[in-house]
Amino acid sequence: MPFDPAMFDPSQIPLVEIVFWAMTVCTIGGALGVVTSRNLFHSALYLILSFFGVSGYYVLLNAGFLAVVQLFVYVGAIAVLVLFAIMFSRRMMAAGQSQANQQWWVAGPVVIVLFVMLLAVVGSISWPVTEAEPSGDVVNQLGLAFLGSYLIPFEVVGVLLSVALIGAIILAREKTAEE
Amino acid sequence: MTTIPLSWWLTVSAALFSIGMYGALTRRNAIGILMGVELILNAVNINLVAFWRYIAPNDVAGQIFAIIVISVAAAEAAVGLAIVIAVYRRRHSAVVEELDILKN
Amino acid sequence: MQEIIDYIVSLNIPLIDEGVARFIMHLVLASIIAVVAPAMLIILTWLERKIIARIQDRIGPNRAGPFGLLQGFADMIKMFTKEDITPATADRIVYNIAPGLSVISAIMVFAVIPFAPGFVGADLNVALIYIVAIGGFGTLSILMGGWASNNKYALLGAFRVVAMLLTYEIPMVVALIIVTLAAGSMSMVDIIEAQSGMWYIVSLPVVFLIFFLSGIAETGRSPFDLIEAESELIAGFHTEYSGIKFGMFMIGEYVHMFALSFFCAVLFLGGWQIPFIDVAAIPGPFGPILGLISLIIKVFLVVFVLMWFRGTLPRFRIDHLLDFGWKFLVPLSLVLLIGVAVVVRLFAPGSSAGVPVEPGPLSALGTPGEVVALLVMNILVAAAAVALVSTAARRSRSKGLRAVASVEPVAASGK
Repeated sequence: MPFDPAMFDPSQIPLVEIVFWAMTVCTIGGALGVVTSRNLFHSALYLILSFFGVSGYYVLLNAGFLAVVQLFVYVGAIAVLVLFAIMFSRRMMAAGQSQANQQWWVAGPVVIVLFVMLLAVVGSISWPVTEAEPSGDVVNQLGLAFLGSYLIPFEVVGVLLSVALIGAIILAREKTAEE
Repeated sequence: MTTIPLSWWLTVSAALFSIGMYGALTRRNAIGILMGVELILNAVNINLVAFWRYIAPNDVAGQIFAIIVISVAAAEAAVGLAIVIAVYRRRHSAVVEELDILKN
Repeated sequence: MQEIIDYIVSLNIPLIDEGVARFIMHLVLASIIAVVAPAMLIILTWLERKIIARIQDRIGPNRAGPFGLLQGFADMIKMFTKEDITPATADRIVYNIAPGLSVISAIMVFAVIPFAPGFVGADLNVALIYIVAIGGFGTLSILMGGWASNNKYALLGAFRVVAMLLTYEIPMVVALIIVTLAAGSMSMVDIIEAQSGMWYIVSLPVVFLIFFLSGIAETGRSPFDLIEAESELIAGFHTEYSGIKFGMFMIGEYVHMFALSFFCAVLFLGGWQIPFIDVAAIPGPFGPILGLISLIIKVFLVVFVLMWFRGTLPRFRIDHLLDFGWKFLVPLSLVLLIGVAVVVRLFAPGSSAGVPVEPGPLSALGTPGEVVALLVMNILVAAAAVALVSTAARRSRSKGLRAVASVEPVAASGK
């Protein structure tokens, strides 16, 4: 039987909390680096670190397929796209000035208030948590669901991606002389 | 998953959401704003998958929702960055405060 | 591997129970891979130089040791002792991380390769996507190296290479999806077992070609080796690297090539299987050892073909490369995907990887029928693609293309 990450029972290993804290450092630390770094290229690299942390979260949550898809799509494609856009739109290493705009002293408290409100909501509800484990081969179930009960969202996402592909190519195309 | 309660996951996701929102509101460069939006989408995904795992692990709807969010984020990043590149080519600047032709 | 773990547990050493024994076994396996894979650089560089030399009708290194076998060590010593120069305006942290990331991403993929029946680092059920995801880090490391060097030419070199890598990732992923369809699972161990009827190189030869060519492009070897085009852009994205950091980029490239050979052997050549012998049923230590030897023979066969390509084919130009990728390989691989899906559905047995599926109309013909149908479909699609391309070339306005497509020469040059 192949090792299905969904069937992996991490509660038998006491390392789960250590891994959780390590991933939290990656994710939150990376996110803080994204929003505070003065160098845009470094922000992009912190973003990649954050994506790694989120992928680790998915592994801890027994969503193995989603973890590798996150790495594949976010780190392998979106992060490369962001790096390309940064390299096309800046002169080399022109860093130094602060990247925050005039409103940071308003946005900061607003965001902190938002976070506190979210924490209050999370803490005040007793969630109907079950002790059940995911059963069966999740990749199989995903495949059957995408072509079964969730066929229409699947097709719509396909159309959306095609439209985005064509749109992005047209938008970023170099204009030729006669246009 | 008895060692990590659900509220920890929701706290982390809320923190990531807030940091992403701060980034989207305060960065001067258009690409910086897009990076903040990507953080927000990741926070939403963590929420979805945590709820899937703790409340209904035998119903794949949670993971499907997360996969669709990832696809939409990819499409949005592609188009957004194409727009930034196109704007940079015309105006030679990706700083959003300087892109104010429509003002007044 | 389970037998070795049971043996360790049966020794009754204090503090060692099943979990610890398993951890130790995995640690030992990982250490072996982490040491052997970069060390293969020495053997592979010697092999490459000898093979290319013989193809070019010369002898190759024969000074350092008998048959030049110590040449690799001489190169390593030279690399280690070169002065490690960092450009003053380079971005220090990113500049230093980039070579390491390249080697890390190349070695991490060995975690999911089954070396012998029962010996696999991690039998993931999403192993194929894991491989592609980790391979994507190599792309990142090239961009980081090119940018951090603070050198326009390094950056341009990095752009060209990343454009090529992103282009050829698509046919490679589609070829892997086709293998998944044919095997019914993304796990490497399951794919090897699904090939016990017939290896996929026989039933899906065109898919193997697509995967092989895209893999060569992904690793940056000739004829796709823009990276090492010394006569162009100095040295591409690793212009500003010297000494051991440059050596690490080299290690990354060779380990990546070695990993590609492993994938070809496992996914298309049947892995550790030997034709007509059931290796998994051989008892004792002989079964895994036999399987490992057969896998290594297949891997070195693929490595030899890779070096043969390098010695014989001229380099592609960047626009030819991108045309070939986007205009030929991507549509061909997508059409093959549809074809294989149709054939697999027609021949589907009663269950696929444990899920009950209604049997297809032709399932009575069984595995040989499926193999023949896949082979026929592959050849038909390839023939149609080649016919289409040559018709397009014949009608195109460029004289050179017309000459290639038809049999008359371009100009009768006095013969």
